[in-house]
Amino acid sequence: MSKLNINLIVGIFVILGIAAFTYMAVTIGGARLNGTPGYTLNARFTNISGLQTGAIVEAAGVRVGTVESITFDPDNYEAIVTMRINEGVPVQEDAIAAIRTQGIIGEKFVKLSPGGFPELLGDGAEIYETESSVSLEELVSKYIFSGKSSSAE
Amino acid sequence: MLKTVENVGAATLGLFEEAGRTFNLLVLVLWQLVKPPYRLYPIVRQTYFIGARSMTIIALSGVTIGMVIGLAFYTILVRFASVNLLGAGVVLSIVREIGPIMTALMVVGRAGSAMCAELGIMRISEQVDALECMAIDPDKHLVLPRVVAGLLSVPLLTAMFDFVAIYGGYFVGVIMFGMSDGAYMNSMIDALEWEDVRLGLIKSLIFGVLITLICCAKGYYMHLTKAGSQGAEGVSFVTTNAVVLSSISVLFADFIIGALMS
Repeated sequence: MSKLNINLIVGIFVILGIAAFTYMAVTIGGARLNGTPGYTLNARFTNISGLQTGAIVEAAGVRVGTVESITFDPDNYEAIVTMRINEGVPVQEDAIAAIRTQGIIGEKFVKLSPGGFPELLGDGAEIYETESSVSLEELVSKYIFSGKSSSAE
Repeated sequence: MLKTVENVGAATLGLFEEAGRTFNLLVLVLWQLVKPPYRLYPIVRQTYFIGARSMTIIALSGVTIGMVIGLAFYTILVRFASVNLLGAGVVLSIVREIGPIMTALMVVGRAGSAMCAELGIMRISEQVDALECMAIDPDKHLVLPRVVAGLLSVPLLTAMFDFVAIYGGYFVGVIMFGMSDGAYMNSMIDALEWEDVRLGLIKSLIFGVLITLICCAKGYYMHLTKAGSQGAEGVSFVTTNAVVLSSISVLFADFIIGALMS
């Protein structure tokens, strides 16, 4: 095997490898090379029950962002969810952030519903209207216990 | 009785000595890496041997493993009626665990054994001493290109393995079982984060150094062990040893990295 040929084959190998890695990282992995586009919004919830970082933020069923971090506020006993919203997605000041579940036992995600105010929220602002997640267990137990008490009457 | 205890002691000391020698070799290689002269061609040649010539086996094993994982996940997920998670299951298990491990094991089997045998034979036929006589540093000339080529090749091979395996899973999910194309690809895109790709990359970089270093050290220092005086038999013994040890350490290191980084 001559020197030139080895160089050529190694070159092909390296280019193929880097191409495969870039495909994995950028197309499927969603890596961002130019910083992090979009802007962040905060929202307070009394119960996020199983929402995780990296969860999807949806508006009208379309993915418009991800949950970046979840922190606990010990003063108000609330969860603060920081979301990264894509560039060009307007969120009004009175928009509603709600935690919903895909299907009955699926993943949790944040659903944004539009508000009516003309003012838009900027980077780092807080969404005031929030709806915490509905726990299926709580609903079921509420139903069972209320059923019992009403039949006892 | 005393003899047994003595044997245990000797074995333990031998183990530590060998670990020390291997680590020492790493330090020597790092030193040689920064010390001029820098010569690129030996690295290219080793990359050709370790990386480029492994592409076929990586592509074949990748497609097979991808199909096996796809099939396994499909049969499990179908019981829970969550087949739409097939893409996520396949891509996460491949990128985070199976890709780096399988690639490293394939490289150990294909290139590591050859590397160890080559260096072992060079050592016992005194070619390494001949290099030293000619004032050619054997660390730089023999070990450094192999370790650097391993560091370079294993991550690239892992990326190829991942890529091919994803389409192996695609074949099972979409073509064999008729899932929708978008459901497979989108659950994959949703599930895979940059953290997972980074974990796989870090694993494969560490494995690349680990396996080339262990295989090189086993052959390169075989004159210091009992096998050094046994000629061809010694080389076969050392090579077997190197393959076993590097495979085990890849699996063990995978657990350690996973535990530290998750």
